[in-house]
Amino acid sequence: MTGADTDALLVTSGLTRTFGRLVALRNLAITVRRNEIFGVIGPNGSGKSTFFNLVTGFIRADAGEITFDGAPIANLPATEIVRRGIARTFQGTRLFRGLSVRDNLLAAAALRSPVNWWDGLLGTPVLARAEAASGRRADELLAMISLTARADAKAGDLPYGDQRRLELARALATGPRLLMLDEPAAGMDAAETKALLDLIKDLRKRENLTVIVVEHDMELIMNLCDRVHVLAQGETVFEGTPAEVQAHPKVRDVYLGADEEAAA
Amino acid sequence: MSRTQTIWIGIGVVLLALSFFAQNLLPDYAVRVLTITCINALLVASMAPANGMTGVFSLGHVGFVAVGAYAAGILSLPVATKGSMLPDLPGWLAGWYLSFLPSTLVAGCVTAAVAIVVGAPLLRLSGHFVSVATLGFLVIVNEIVINADSLTRGARTFTGVPLETTLPWALGWLVVGLIALGRIASSPTGRAWRATREDVVAARAIGIETQPTRLSAFVLGAFFAGIGGALYAHYLGSFSPKSFLFAYTFTLISMLVIGGMGSLSGAVLGTVVVTALSEVLRNLERGMDFGALSIPPLYGASQIALGLLFIAIMILRPEGLLGPREIRFPNARSPKETTHDSAAP
Ligand SMILES: Nc1ncnc2c1ncn2[C@@H]1O[C@H](COP(=O)(O)OP(=O)(O)OP(=O)(O)O)[C@@H](O)[C@H]1O
Ligand SMILES: [Mg+2]
Repeated sequence: MTGADTDALLVTSGLTRTFGRLVALRNLAITVRRNEIFGVIGPNGSGKSTFFNLVTGFIRADAGEITFDGAPIANLPATEIVRRGIARTFQGTRLFRGLSVRDNLLAAAALRSPVNWWDGLLGTPVLARAEAASGRRADELLAMISLTARADAKAGDLPYGDQRRLELARALATGPRLLMLDEPAAGMDAAETKALLDLIKDLRKRENLTVIVVEHDMELIMNLCDRVHVLAQGETVFEGTPAEVQAHPKVRDVYLGADEEAAA
Repeated sequence: MSRTQTIWIGIGVVLLALSFFAQNLLPDYAVRVLTITCINALLVASMAPANGMTGVFSLGHVGFVAVGAYAAGILSLPVATKGSMLPDLPGWLAGWYLSFLPSTLVAGCVTAAVAIVVGAPLLRLSGHFVSVATLGFLVIVNEIVINADSLTRGARTFTGVPLETTLPWALGWLVVGLIALGRIASSPTGRAWRATREDVVAARAIGIETQPTRLSAFVLGAFFAGIGGALYAHYLGSFSPKSFLFAYTFTLISMLVIGGMGSLSGAVLGTVVVTALSEVLRNLERGMDFGALSIPPLYGASQIALGLLFIAIMILRPEGLLGPREIRFPNARSPKETTHDSAAP
């Protein structure tokens, strides 16, 4: 085994998924190393979210393998995959909109402090310990995303940028080793995006996290990621450092070119 | 325990103490209305976990009430009565007699067991499909009760159940039910229920499995529906399959929806409001004479008025009077800022 292999946290090989006649992802081979911030970019419909859904167990692969920390995880249910330490956010938010901000976090923190219904009924010591642990974690995360003052507000009533950060915090509350963010900066203004960048970098250090980010905001990707994987129509175009990606002519063709055209 | 919980339990205990005097001091009519209100409030509250908190809108709850009523009825008929009333009862049941409290508890457990069997396949469905399927369950229970002659006397009236449910018993069970449901609903289990209501996909992403989570709410509710059914059986003494069908379903659902589905306080409030209104209207519709002023009888007006109220709530306040909120007593020591965005749309 090479050094790079033992360093790998998430590895996919031959990962393929079709929807009817459409090949959403073909033979994807990706290796994400421990503690790196790994970007996935590509035009609309290139298979980025499909990759997320496959890794996190929300859809099944037609073919291919996924290993996480050395263990195969392809086709495990989503609830088991998050238990093993892969947490995600969704493109467009998926909060528990009718629950309070704090309850969104507590619901997720319960994964690491499980209780049974009779613990709630009887008020057992297990319940007290779990609620204390979840509460501490929730408060810590609330402070991290500067939403402590709005802990009791309904999640659906938050401004959009706050909702995105709450969803990120909720993913963190499950205690992941790998955090997968699907377009976390969508809908954020420049200041919020900058704050998000700092937050993710800080998290990597503080929580010893590995992060995979899908983003259309190229500036964010270039400033944030160690390596970037470029997809187009379900296939790998290129993988390299942000500088290499920016310089690569093929990438310019499929992605940055299209982006500039759109911007022009 | 939260301050709110402590205060509610205190109120429950005080009311329970009062009910012992009330049943002797108040007129029979008032005692009857209060007792039925307590039983109904327990039944409505027992719908809140599944219908309100997990978002599985079951229309089959009264099927569970029927299971509880018949289970308790069969168990608590005196052995001598069983011989004449239910001559074809299987031997092991025929010689078996349970008094009030044990028969009520067993009825609750039997109902919960039925809910496990019914819920396991049904709760794979979602949205309107569950409602329709649970309605099917209600009809199936009714058919089974009618056809299981040897156990239930079929469509004929089941009678002879000892009259044991008094106001303190009914109120006592209501208090027990509300405490149990309230404690579980405010625990991580209740949070998981609400998470599956809000977004099933997001819930899975944080490790909450939809089906077992919803099943726990469904079964817990069914347990108390069985208890309520047993209390009914022991209150009325006699009942028949049609006691537990669409009319009763509509009554309980309207109480739940009017009060606010997501909370136990809403369930109780809805029961009280609907009961009070229908009692007042029922007396009015018979017509009245205040000497000079006389109101002519308007039979059926109370049902129409309740139907209109139901529609009005749906239009003006679709979340019900309380919505998902519980009535809370804020902590005296650490006054939390009241930034709840509670303005209803
Ligand atoms: N559940 C589905 N059923 C049918 N087709 C799907 C499904 N999910 C994705 N697709 C298709 O697969 C392709 C890849 O979609 P995917 O969501 O992975 O793209 P993406 O790279 O995330 O795009 P975007 O930048 O717009 O989010 C698209 O053509 C999409 O229409
Ligand atoms: Mg996408």
